[in-house]
Parts: sequence; C-alpha cells; structure tokens
Amino acid sequence: MLAIDGSFLDFKQLDLLALRQTAIHRLDPRAKLLTTLCFIVCVVSFDKYEISAMLPFLIYPTALVAVGDLPAGYILRKVLIVIPFALMIGLFNPIFDRQVIMQFGAFDIWGGWVSCLSILTRAILTASAAIILVATTGFPAICEALEKLKMPQPFAVQLLFLYRYIFVLTDEGVRTARARQLRTFGRRGLGIRHFGSLAGHLLLRTWERAERIHMAMLARGFSGEVHSRRRQSHFGKQDLLFTVCWVILFILLRLYNAPQLLGSLFTGDL
Amino acid sequence: MHMADALVSPAVGVVFWAASAGTIALCSARVRNELDDRKVPLMGVLGAFVFAAQMINFTIPATGSSGHLGGGLLLAILLGPSAAFLSITSVLMVQALFFADGGLLALGCNIFNLGIFPAFIAYPFIYRKLVGREPCQSRMVFAAIIAAVIALQCGSLAVVLQTVISGVSSLPFATFILLMQPIHLAIGVVEGVVTALVVSFVYRARPEVLGSVIQEKPLGELPLGSLLAAFLIAAVLIGGVLSWFASEHPDGLEWSIARITGSEQLPETGLKAHDALSAVQEKMAILPDYALPDRTGHGSSQRVGKSLSGIVGGALTLIICILTGFVLRRRRTR
Repeated sequence: MLAIDGSFLDFKQLDLLALRQTAIHRLDPRAKLLTTLCFIVCVVSFDKYEISAMLPFLIYPTALVAVGDLPAGYILRKVLIVIPFALMIGLFNPIFDRQVIMQFGAFDIWGGWVSCLSILTRAILTASAAIILVATTGFPAICEALEKLKMPQPFAVQLLFLYRYIFVLTDEGVRTARARQLRTFGRRGLGIRHFGSLAGHLLLRTWERAERIHMAMLARGFSGEVHSRRRQSHFGKQDLLFTVCWVILFILLRLYNAPQLLGSLFTGDL
Repeated sequence: MHMADALVSPAVGVVFWAASAGTIALCSARVRNELDDRKVPLMGVLGAFVFAAQMINFTIPATGSSGHLGGGLLLAILLGPSAAFLSITSVLMVQALFFADGGLLALGCNIFNLGIFPAFIAYPFIYRKLVGREPCQSRMVFAAIIAAVIALQCGSLAVVLQTVISGVSSLPFATFILLMQPIHLAIGVVEGVVTALVVSFVYRARPEVLGSVIQEKPLGELPLGSLLAAFLIAAVLIGGVLSWFASEHPDGLEWSIARITGSEQLPETGLKAHDALSAVQEKMAILPDYALPDRTGHGSSQRVGKSLSGIVGGALTLIICILTGFVLRRRRTR
C-alpha cells in the first residue's frame, strides 16, 4: 500500500520541480528539448563497445542538476529504477559475445562485458537526460514546445487534457486500490475477477467526468484550442547560446575521445 | 515491454520516429475532421484513466505474481483506431518523460510497437471481425483475448527486430525471439482477459458507451494505403540507412578479416586517399582504443597501455564532471 502511494507521490514531486525559478528553468522549452534530443542521439550513436568516450557526456546532466537546483539524490533514484530494464537485455551480451577484445594483465575481457557496461552507461545518460528535461521544463511547456515545432493541434490538446486529469484520476485509482486492499485478507479478493468491475466502475466514472468536462468547456466557448495564461516564451539569444554551446560540445565529445587523451597525458602514452 | 534508448541505434530510432510522427499527423487530421468534438477531451481523460487503472494491481491466477492493465486494446475498443492511437501515444509520452520508461529516442519505436498494432491491426481486423455486428459477452471475451495476444505478439516481434537491427545487444535473433514471444503470449492472454472483463462490465452497465464506437464504420475509412506506404518507406529507409552505416562501420567485416589474416587491418596499399579514409575511419571506428589481441603477441603491451589510459582518463573525466556539478551548485547557492 505504501508502495502505491510512494510511486504516485514520486510522480507528483517530479512535476513540482518544474516550478522552480532558475536560469535553466527560465530557458525556452524548445532550447532544452532540442539540446536533450541532440544529447541522446550523440550518446546512442557510439559504438557498442565504447565506454570511455561516453563518460564526458555526464557533464550535461550534472551541470543541469547543479544549475537547475534539482535534488541530485532524487534524480539518481529515478534513474536507477529504470536501469534494470535495459540491463536485463544487456546481461545477455556476455553470454553470446565471448570475443576477447581487451587484455588487462592476465585477464581476458570479453566483448560482451564491455558492451554490457556500455549499455549501462547509455541507460544512465539517456534516462537522466529525459528526467532532467521534465524536471527543468514541466510537461505543459514541453507540449507547448512540441506544438511550436509543428506537432498537430488535436494531439497537443489531447496531451494537455491527459496531463490535467492524470493527477485527479491516479488519485482516484490509488484510493480505489487502497479501499480494496483494506477489505481483503492476504491475497483473497485481489484477483483478476474483481479487477474487472473495479476498473469498469472507474472507467464509467471517468467517462461521465469527461462528458461533464466537455459540457462545461462548451459553456465557456471551447472551440478546440486550449488557451493558457502562461507567459508565451520566445526563442531568445540566451536560448540560442545554450543550445549551440551544448551541441558543439556534444559533437566535439562525440568525435574526440576526451578521456583517452586525458589518460594519455597521465600515463605518457600518446 | 518498452524499447530503451540504451538499446536502440540512432538510425532505428529516427526511422521509427518518422513513421510514428507520420501516423500521429494522419490520426490528428482524421480526429479533427470527425464531427464528434466530444472525442478530444474523452481521449485525454481516458488516457489518464489508463494510468489510474495501472495503479490497481491484480494477482494473476496460478502464478502468484501480480500484473496490471496495459490499456492499448481497451482504448481502441472504446475510442476507435485513430483516437485510440493518439491516446496511447500520449500515455507513452508521459511514461517516457516522467518515468524515463523507454526514453525519448526510443519513444518512436514504442509508439509504433504499442500503438499501431493494437489500434490499426488488432482492433479493426481481429476484434471487430470476431465480435461481429451483434456483440454478446462470450464473443467479446474471446475476441479481446485473441486481439490482445496478436497485438502483443506483433509488438514483441517488433521489439526483437528493432533490438537486433540496432545491434547494441548481442542477443542472436533466434534466441531473443524464443525468449520474447512466449513471455508476451502470457502477457497477451492476461491483457486480453482483463480487457474483456472491463469491456463486458461496461457493456452490461452502459451499452451505449460501446455502441457509439460500434456504429462507426472505421474499416472503410482506415488509412490503409497510407499506412502501407509508411511501412514501405520505413523499410526502405531502414535498409538504406543501415547499409550506409554498415559501410561506415565495417565492424563485422573487420572482425572476420582479423580472424582470417591475424591482423586487424587489410594490407596497406600506401595510397594517400586510403590513408585519409583510414584516418577518418579511425575516428569513427568501433575500437579505436581497445585493441584486438593479435596472434603474434607483439604490441600487446602497448595495447594494455592504451586501454589503461582509457580507464585512467575515464575515471578522471567522471571526477571532473561531478566536481563541476558541485562547483556550479556552490556558485548558485552563494
């Protein structure tokens, strides 16, 4: 029961982080969205056996967490939750890829282990980038950015509706689950049969709610567009600077293996 | 299951993003053209409902584990193909952003796997055909199970293909498919049963909710031609882009050459153009620093040195990144 409430609160907290006022939060959502996408594409485009060249990319999430005043522990926890999914597939690599690609003293290192570690690095980098994007921008602003980048309008309106009702309805879902749990003994009653009517009732309530919402909106002159009073941001000099600087850095880091160069300086092996 | 950014290659990610974005545009146009403007709020609210329903777990009989509703097929049954596709897409987007479930580049793949199959294949061609014109409860249960199983089988097949084409995972196609399909068969049956239970409950309580969708005739309006074209374009793009990538990263080839000749490189031809190309290739190459052990043994100490410098440098980079974070934060709080 605590687990359900916990995951739900977690979800709310991420949304609340977007309300902070920092230099990063004030940037245009498009700047952050495009930079994040560029970051992910650069990271993902590395070869499957690459690890060291990927590490400098950690600078982007750390810098944003620091400047955006985000709780580092919370972001890290959110990232750690999703890693097992990628790692589950990655752990098969050492089984199937036993080509020795590196020798370390007397140890032969299989390609599979290297690529598995590479998958882990990718998962950490890409997941943290996505979570930081929401934590510094907020879902409505991301929708707005997508709409400005030519996302079809019905889809945008639909996304905004989803966002507005997700908190109300998940609240209801959590309440329903808790009510059921309080009335069950052990596992009895948690089965699939009762789920049908439970979810069905929730669905009917949702449906009626949607109809009421629609009528209320029509009464207020809804014509297929959601107007918000949020400040319309425009893509300014700062946003351009932010995007261009990061993208240039990503490209440089993608082309040159910075840790390798750095390490060579120390081990004197160029 | 969701495709993850960590397993997808940029080419696959971009191609499926293009296919999914095209379908989003198409479905949006269709929803806009529909006269029923109740649908847009309904789509959003039902998307939120899927999240809410996922908060209620149930135990799966005979296994003792617990599962939750996926919701793709349910949305298709309640909303019809186009609206359901948009609704599923928005749910996946929230999952990718708030839970980093899958990731942003892999979102295109996930929309394709979890949106297109239930909305455009399983619902119109299986569920509706099996339910027929006069729905009754037993038929709806049967149809929902079959449709859910087929949607999930297609989806997991697509996950396998995307993973194998991306090439980040070393899982061979046959093993992966033998692993994924049976698991998704089980998931599909559970999903089908749950969907059927909810649908038949709604059918008993408020049949008109389902009636409004059944009266439509979406089969005639289905953008089948455009969908097929999209599939075709995706296939051509995958082929083209991948072969281009393959020629740029001749890894498989290089491996086999290394095995045959015992050295990593082809005998040098001494041509200037070749030198320039190999310099470029060195930059893009698969293992610029982790060296292959060759059979002659000479040069292996240098290679160990190289990989050592990679590790030392990597550790230093990590420290620098984290220190930068601390410095930036310190400056902020001051």
